[in-house]
Amino acid sequence: MVRFLIRRVMLGILVLWLVTLAVFFIFFDLNSSGPESVAHRLGGRQATPQTIKLIEARLHLKDPLPKQYWYFLFGYPGQDVANGPPRNHGILPIGGSPHFFHTPDLGYSYINGENVNHKLWIAFPITFSLAIGAAVLWLGMGLLSGIWSAIRPRSLLDRGFTLTALFFYSFPTFVLGYVLLLLLYYYLTKAGHAWFPAGTYIPFTSDPWQWARHLLLPWFTLAAVTAAAYTRLTRGSMLDVLGEDYIRTARAKGLPERRVVFRHGLRAALTPIVTQFGIDLGSLLGGAIITEKVFSLPGLGYEAVAAITSNDLPVIIGVVVIATTAIVAANLVVDVLYAVLDPRVRLH
Amino acid sequence: MALLEVTDLTVSFSTPDGTLNAVRGLSFTVDEGQTLGIVGESGSGKSVSTQTIMGLTRGARVGGQALFEGHDLLTMNTHQLQAIRGAQVGMIFQDPLSSLHPYYRVGWQIIEMIRSHDKSTSKAQAKARAIELLRLVGIPQPDRRVSDFPHQFSGGMRQRAMIAMAMALNPKLLIADEPTTALDVTVQAQVLQVMKRLQQEFGTAIIMITHDLGVIADVADDVVVMYAGKAMEHADRNTIFYKHHNPYTEGLLLSLPAYGGERERLLPIAGQPPSLITLPQGCPFRPRCPYAFDKCMEEPPLVEIAGDPEHVSACWLPPDMKKREKMRQQLLDRDKAATAPAAAR
Ligand SMILES: Nc1ncnc2c1ncn2[C@@H]1O[C@H](COP(=O)(O)OP(=O)(O)OP(=O)(O)O)[C@@H](O)[C@H]1O
Ligand code: SF4
Ligand SMILES: [Mg+2]
Repeated sequence: MVRFLIRRVMLGILVLWLVTLAVFFIFFDLNSSGPESVAHRLGGRQATPQTIKLIEARLHLKDPLPKQYWYFLFGYPGQDVANGPPRNHGILPIGGSPHFFHTPDLGYSYINGENVNHKLWIAFPITFSLAIGAAVLWLGMGLLSGIWSAIRPRSLLDRGFTLTALFFYSFPTFVLGYVLLLLLYYYLTKAGHAWFPAGTYIPFTSDPWQWARHLLLPWFTLAAVTAAAYTRLTRGSMLDVLGEDYIRTARAKGLPERRVVFRHGLRAALTPIVTQFGIDLGSLLGGAIITEKVFSLPGLGYEAVAAITSNDLPVIIGVVVIATTAIVAANLVVDVLYAVLDPRVRLH
Repeated sequence: MALLEVTDLTVSFSTPDGTLNAVRGLSFTVDEGQTLGIVGESGSGKSVSTQTIMGLTRGARVGGQALFEGHDLLTMNTHQLQAIRGAQVGMIFQDPLSSLHPYYRVGWQIIEMIRSHDKSTSKAQAKARAIELLRLVGIPQPDRRVSDFPHQFSGGMRQRAMIAMAMALNPKLLIADEPTTALDVTVQAQVLQVMKRLQQEFGTAIIMITHDLGVIADVADDVVVMYAGKAMEHADRNTIFYKHHNPYTEGLLLSLPAYGGERERLLPIAGQPPSLITLPQGCPFRPRCPYAFDKCMEEPPLVEIAGDPEHVSACWLPPDMKKREKMRQQLLDRDKAATAPAAAR
């Protein structure tokens, strides 16, 4: 188990490294020169060649790529000076000056000099709130409707759930988001019922009730589209399990049907659902681009889109690092969970 | 009064291809402490009939009567059935690995059985009983193995654990649906031995479902020979082995190596069992029967054989055993005559 964990963490770090490497080189190659380069963008349309040179020198944009990558890892050269321009200490928590050990430093936005650590520190809770709420919703809806469908396959309710699931499944997220905004936000608010506020994020720590109210529409949008997949997954998994011999044994033991379905059936059917859930939640923690965009929630996905359109490399890499970490971590958690859920699985 | 008295049981399923008649008027009785063997090829309706009696077939149309201690199991509500399942009637199935829940410990599964029917038993008592039961069925180191998961048991041990679970509440009847089919020959014998020992100790009646006449020879008192959802012959074990009337029984016996019949005919019955959706006209065995004659285009009823009320067979051959033998020979000679020219060519 310990050896498994160590190996998987190492593997995760390797993946993380490769991903950042890829992003770094792709964007640098695209942005190092020409009229669309970082320096030109920062300097603006009227920038003199001197200004461009100055910017390039300060950001070390003309240094050889490997060297820049080294800075990215271990910090840019020079010393921290009081009131001077901020300096990137490197994404690795070791190396550089003035302190050998430091928090990983994602650097500063090319566009407005904002500290990327700080920027993402603000964006992450928004994405996290969105993901967790939606995940709870879609898991609840998916499990309930899926179990119900599996207990009474081909019943009216099963067909109803299947149809609903298919409907939302084939619904583009942004369309659903805008439809909800139009119906539940715009029309309702216009009619004087501001039940579903939109367009702002209230931190959980300042007011949990308002936090939830403001997130209801995005939660539902994200959940409805995903719950559909969970309804199908739960239904299929439950139907498979309910046809197993050990379910017949449970009935032959004279157990009440409720115990047969939940204690024996759901327990075994849960494994693939939990696996899928872990992966989905992990991917979502890197940002729900469309939902965040539609509801103007400045989460990771929102920031990522903004950064990509303005070629703001430090922010892009920052989001990529967080997203990749979340996915790698989710995979690890899922593997461990798998072994916890199924006694036949041994980790090695 | 018989412990279990099944009368004219019918079970049918509607399938996309039409109605499938899995059981077509089956009757038998099981007395306390006795073993009834049900034997027949795959698909003859052995499992469906017993599982239907216990209310375990879903989506089936069911007819007839199944009196357990005088109460009809087929008209009981789920609640009443649940009280009987496990407590009064234990069941074990063919594949011991897939029949135990892979996620729960063997002991847990036995304890669940005990406590779901008897709430007054404490967890500790139930666990002690589970260990005792595992010892009874011959699991070594039962106090340790009780905490194992099924996948840590061998096939034979799993089936023993299933038996332990089924016997946990001292049921009056044990339905064993091919309990040894998935096991090695040596393990088969051991498992049968355990069942016989428990039966003697606790006076349990057993329905032993099998397609292996060797198992029947080992354990059964009475035997139902099933074919295409019907009883073809029903008698005590010795009659079935030595004074059987039905050609299908004969065919089963001749495919049994240990029976040592006419050596050159030591082979499985030719052909396939009929489709239960479109049964052949007349006797269901007719397409495969070496003696089939014109009368067989009508379906034969179960009739008393040789004046023995305990022996019935569904076949148009004469019920008198002497006359049957004579006619059988004639019919065989008829075949020889028919094939002779072909052989001469
Ligand atoms: N739920 C069902 N729906 C439709 N047909 C079924 C169903 N269950 C069983 N059958 C059919 O009923 C017939 C009898 O099946 P059954 O399982 O009783 O046979 P069996 O004698 O136990 O054979 P085996 O030796 O293979 O266990 C088979 O043709 C089977 O396909
Ligand atoms: S009734 Fe005819 S076909 Fe059927 S078993 Fe008897 S002899 Fe064979
Ligand atoms: Mg069967």
